[in-house]
Amino acid sequence: MWELYKKYKYDFPIIIAFIVFVLLSYFYNYNPGISIFEDNFWGFIKEMILALPVMFILVGLFDVWVSRERVQKHIGESSGIRGMMLIMLLAFIQAGPIYAAFPVAYILWKKGTSARNIFIYLSSASIAKIPMLAFEIGFLGLKFSLLRIFISIPIFIIVATIMGKYFTKNNCEVKNG
Amino acid sequence: MIPIIILTAILTIVSFVFDKQKTKKAVKKGVMMFMKILPTLLSVIIVVSVVLYLVSDELLIEYLGNEAGLGAYVSAAVIGSISIIPGFIAYPLASILLKTGVSFSVLSVFITTLKMVGVLTIPIEAKFFGFKTAIIRNTLSFVGAILVGGTMALIYHYY
Repeated sequence: MWELYKKYKYDFPIIIAFIVFVLLSYFYNYNPGISIFEDNFWGFIKEMILALPVMFILVGLFDVWVSRERVQKHIGESSGIRGMMLIMLLAFIQAGPIYAAFPVAYILWKKGTSARNIFIYLSSASIAKIPMLAFEIGFLGLKFSLLRIFISIPIFIIVATIMGKYFTKNNCEVKNG
Repeated sequence: MIPIIILTAILTIVSFVFDKQKTKKAVKKGVMMFMKILPTLLSVIIVVSVVLYLVSDELLIEYLGNEAGLGAYVSAAVIGSISIIPGFIAYPLASILLKTGVSFSVLSVFITTLKMVGVLTIPIEAKFFGFKTAIIRNTLSFVGAILVGGTMALIYHYY
């Protein structure tokens, strides 16, 4: 129990305080409180309640079915440009919020993906998921989206290369959440 | 999202047909990982919900609008880095901002930092990557996002 408390020592107080706050807001008809809960919090819950469990089950399936050798060969240390393209493609077809990408990064790492490709994966997933892109083009126009993506790609490859070097040099690991 | 859900459902069924034990193990593993991250996820969502309430549309228009000058770029970078606004809210909001006179240049900085930097999601990232790596990655991404946003701003300004 103490272990559990220690692991989430900031999370539990926030959750409990929020529950009390929302209950009191409803009791006293405090509009900002109700709006925070109904418009914002509930919107996020709806977004993640389906996306995340689905991503985690995909991660579980990937873990039991795909061999380490296979992953290593395609997106491992010596995979080069082809590996980079593959990992970007994998990230682009993803859906859901950025925090759904972290468990995927963990399983990719565990199966032997190179550190640089892990960080390319994270950046790609945050800049251009295809489902969101259609939405972006609809609201801001094709020029905006194309400019944003083509300028972002070289920059985040540089960021990922630096991160990969740092990660390998310091013997860092991606943990299981 | 729906195609991914369908894909996952099909893959799970196919996997189950081939190997019951393996599939059970896979689903159990996924569910356990989800439960483990759930408390942190909830507390991050709570903080984001409160921040999102405090950063109202009117506030954004005031800080990102044309009268704000160079300050608009700084506000765009700061607000973009701190908030995580899901796309289905962010893009309609961005098009409202455009109509109220916020320039494409400022919006570029706002959208790129919004996407590439997540100060509020650092607690979740840290569970997987460690605190130090999460901080370094977000700092580098911030520099990157400013470069992307800045380049786009220049292009929109001159062309």
